[in-house]
Amino acid sequence: MSQIHTPVTLADRGEAQAAVRARPAYAWWADALAMAAFVAAAAGIVIAASHWTAPLTPATSISLSPSALPLYAGLSTLRMALAYLLALLFSLVYARLATVSRRAERAMIPVLDILQSIPILSFLPGVVLALVALFPHSNIGVELAAILLIFTSQAWNMTFSFHQSLVTIPRELQEAAAIYRLNPWQRFTRLELPFGMLPLIWNSMMSWAGGWFFLMAAEQFTLGPRSFQLPGLGSYLQTAANAGNGGALALGLFTLIAVIILLDQLLWRPLLAWADHFKVEQTGAAQPRSSAVLRTLRRSRALAWLTERVFDPVGEWLDHQSVRALTLRPAQPQSHAVERLTARRLALGVAGLALLALIGWGVVAGGALLAQVSPQDWASVVIATLATLARTTLALLIAVAWTVPVGVAIGLNPRLARAAQPLAQLAASIPATALFPVLLLVLIGLPGGLNIAAIALMLLGTQWYVLFNVIAGAMAIPSDLLEAAQIYHLSGWNRWRRLILPAIFPSLVTGMITATGGAWNASIIAEYVSFDNQTFSTVGLGAVIAQAAYHNEFALLLAATLAMALTVVAINRLVWRRLYRLAEQRFRLE
Amino acid sequence: MTQMTYTNALPGAQRDVVLAARNVSKFYEDAGNAEGRILVLDDITLELRAGEFVALLGPSGSGKSTLLRILAGLIAPSSGQVTLHEQPLQGVNPAVAIVFQTFALYPWLTVLENVEFGLLAKGVPAPTRHARAVRTIDLVGLDGFESAYPRELSGGMKQRVGLARALVVEPEALFLDEPFSALDVLVAENLRHEIGDLWRERKLSTRAMLMVTHNIDEAVSMADRLIVFGANPGRIRADLRGLPLAQRRDKGGAHAELVDTIYRIMTNPQEDVAALLPGVSARAPGPATSQDAYQSLPHVNIGELTGFVERLRELGDREDLYELARDLQLDADDLLPLAEAANLLGFADIEAGDVTLTATGRRFGEADILSKKEIFRQQATGGVRLLRDIERRLRAAPEHRVAEDDVIASLERAFSPPESRRQLDTAIDWGRYAELFAYDDDAGVFFIEEDAPAVAE
Repeated sequence: MSQIHTPVTLADRGEAQAAVRARPAYAWWADALAMAAFVAAAAGIVIAASHWTAPLTPATSISLSPSALPLYAGLSTLRMALAYLLALLFSLVYARLATVSRRAERAMIPVLDILQSIPILSFLPGVVLALVALFPHSNIGVELAAILLIFTSQAWNMTFSFHQSLVTIPRELQEAAAIYRLNPWQRFTRLELPFGMLPLIWNSMMSWAGGWFFLMAAEQFTLGPRSFQLPGLGSYLQTAANAGNGGALALGLFTLIAVIILLDQLLWRPLLAWADHFKVEQTGAAQPRSSAVLRTLRRSRALAWLTERVFDPVGEWLDHQSVRALTLRPAQPQSHAVERLTARRLALGVAGLALLALIGWGVVAGGALLAQVSPQDWASVVIATLATLARTTLALLIAVAWTVPVGVAIGLNPRLARAAQPLAQLAASIPATALFPVLLLVLIGLPGGLNIAAIALMLLGTQWYVLFNVIAGAMAIPSDLLEAAQIYHLSGWNRWRRLILPAIFPSLVTGMITATGGAWNASIIAEYVSFDNQTFSTVGLGAVIAQAAYHNEFALLLAATLAMALTVVAINRLVWRRLYRLAEQRFRLE
Repeated sequence: MTQMTYTNALPGAQRDVVLAARNVSKFYEDAGNAEGRILVLDDITLELRAGEFVALLGPSGSGKSTLLRILAGLIAPSSGQVTLHEQPLQGVNPAVAIVFQTFALYPWLTVLENVEFGLLAKGVPAPTRHARAVRTIDLVGLDGFESAYPRELSGGMKQRVGLARALVVEPEALFLDEPFSALDVLVAENLRHEIGDLWRERKLSTRAMLMVTHNIDEAVSMADRLIVFGANPGRIRADLRGLPLAQRRDKGGAHAELVDTIYRIMTNPQEDVAALLPGVSARAPGPATSQDAYQSLPHVNIGELTGFVERLRELGDREDLYELARDLQLDADDLLPLAEAANLLGFADIEAGDVTLTATGRRFGEADILSKKEIFRQQATGGVRLLRDIERRLRAAPEHRVAEDDVIASLERAFSPPESRRQLDTAIDWGRYAELFAYDDDAGVFFIEEDAPAVAE
């Protein structure tokens, strides 16, 4: 979704200018709001902590009463936030390390590619069993497991995005940092992080959407005889669906949407508005984003005081320490430098060997595990892969079939775009999994049952990526090309074939790449469902993985996970990368 | 390649050497090349002395920007060494600040923060940092813009910020990397004067300046010493003394003469420099290096070339290169390739800093669209070996189709891979115009169209 650009209205612009004029005036209510938010956050963390340190309660009974909803919403949001912080830290560190040397990059980026293609549930048994064993007497283990599961749905795209930013920093900006001798810390805070900030924020928003999507799977899981349930919105929805309680289901959905909208208004919009000055284009033409919340915060006297007395001095202190530790090291004689270099080589070599040993052990252990998989199981994995491939392809085709005409219509008509885009964004922000129980209620009775429902879920989860990209692509068609088409009476099919399809092709491909990834991941949740105390499943790789995870069949889980990772990576390499290159070379609008 | 460097610069032994390159070479590994590497800089020795303003001039690809980065410690030389006060340099040069062509300002920092940036790594405490930055901002005339972001500034203002950021660290040597080439003509002129004044009036603690530029006029108006580079591989061809201060600004006879001399050196890349100095008449162009080697095609498109020849026709078939550059408002770097292309195609002769249309050139200048193509085709097949070669391969090939890879492979015997690609792109442009062949960009294949006119033998 990082390609989406919401047009800013004239009213927004006026507001922004008003904000500039009003900036020095402080407002007491801004302070009050900031304080209230701070108190609320602190209270939430204390409540959550008291729950975590409580003795292990594997299956909390989930209350379906509306009064429980705020607490559940808070707990889920906190879980998401912690997972997100972890993912953020991971992406910054991993991407930075990957750019340290060419060799590191060559190893680390393909690993990320593979990690990305492993579905969330394949991580489940390992993560849960290890963490519960680590904290046998408190809830922390299960909580951490849920957080780690959410983490696996958030981390990869952010890492890719930050790495992409790091390798595209213009050479002269790098040289300026070098010639003025910035140390690694200063370089990171002054150059690398600011440069990657905007894409990082866009991808953070995508990661949160991904996290909500898998919230239900992360808050409630069964491993063989043991089942775990954590208090939260995801388990609330699941319980409501199981109990067939339509009212509670609707209420839960409503709460979820409210949380998502609140976060959008209170967090993402202010962040985007704030990040506007990290834009690298040096022109002043772009219209500034604006956010009422950000404006309010900027008028808060308490925050101004905090910035001046706490944040700035802390930043200054960190800078100073980094200079003392990294820059002003006394120059060493050459022999010492050589010794240091050899020591570093040695350390790197040992680390490399350890890594190799670990990989070797993993391959051997994995091979031993795979040897246990019976030929029948292998056959079923292959059939399941083909079935899921057919399903994802179908979902993608349906998505393209409706989003291309609709998206182009919206993109080419500014008035329609203004009306439709907020609606579409709202619709997209609702995690499809939350709607799934409702969908199932309708579809499960029909012939085709779960088969159709699974495709519908994949569609619900992924069509938005295509739609938004098509809209963005259509909006970006230069008006002189459209006018030329008009002048030469290009219409109907010819207009589509000669102008619109080639022009939106790059955005369409980008959208489809994201959508297929999402569809494969969704298959896990879509093809195997516990609902109303029954289990429904259909032939598919997602069903195999989910089943194997629930029944602790590690050999089959590994086989099916490998099959999925291989298929996804192969499709990426063979289909998408080529299409992407074609789009870059042939259909780029300059 | 051993070639004598002509020098008439003052012997500078009495002044101390701030920074020096000693026998510096730079090459990039390249397996596709016959020698396994591409030489960018060939055995450069250059001293930057206290009190000196040195300008580096030369065609693109002569490695002058690479040399600047090697002296700054941003790139390590492949052989030879850089010395700072006669001590070998390791890592980034602590005595150097750079003003960049694209400004290299950080868009998320204000003017003040961008200027303070230079002091960050030195661990200067915030109040001192702030005061020094404000003082430097005043010095470059940016007073009042402290809290502005770079995107709110015009190009000239941005470059002032770049200058302030460099000056605030009080560098011993200040490097200017084509500092004015991204600016409008008038803004560049203004900033040139101001930097010149700051330097001459000793308002800076900087002891030496090094500027890379494409603009000969600019170099002559500013520098104490002008060093002219040659390309393929990059080497110093001439080390010339600049004009006395009084004559730099007025653009009188001495100024024009020095500009002319440098043009002459740059337009005769094969010639011995001593023969090109004023008072010595240039000899006929030396023999081409080898008959079967490709010439280096100047990267100009047909439209520019046609415009160039037509303008020359209007000016009476003969013009001084320096005057022509003024007339067309082009830098040396843009004008020289045009003159070279016209020369290569037999449209013009270049001699003693003048360019003269040949009879063919005059015909070409006056012809209509279709006749122009006809003349161009004759000249191209006659004079451009690469085009002749592609055409010969096409005639010999089954179905008259030739993959570009073969052509690139031959080109890479003489050029680096990226340059080979550029050579090929220029040849494609020229060949298409001459209707010598057609080219399929998707497949990377040359072919002869069925209804193409018979190729001139």
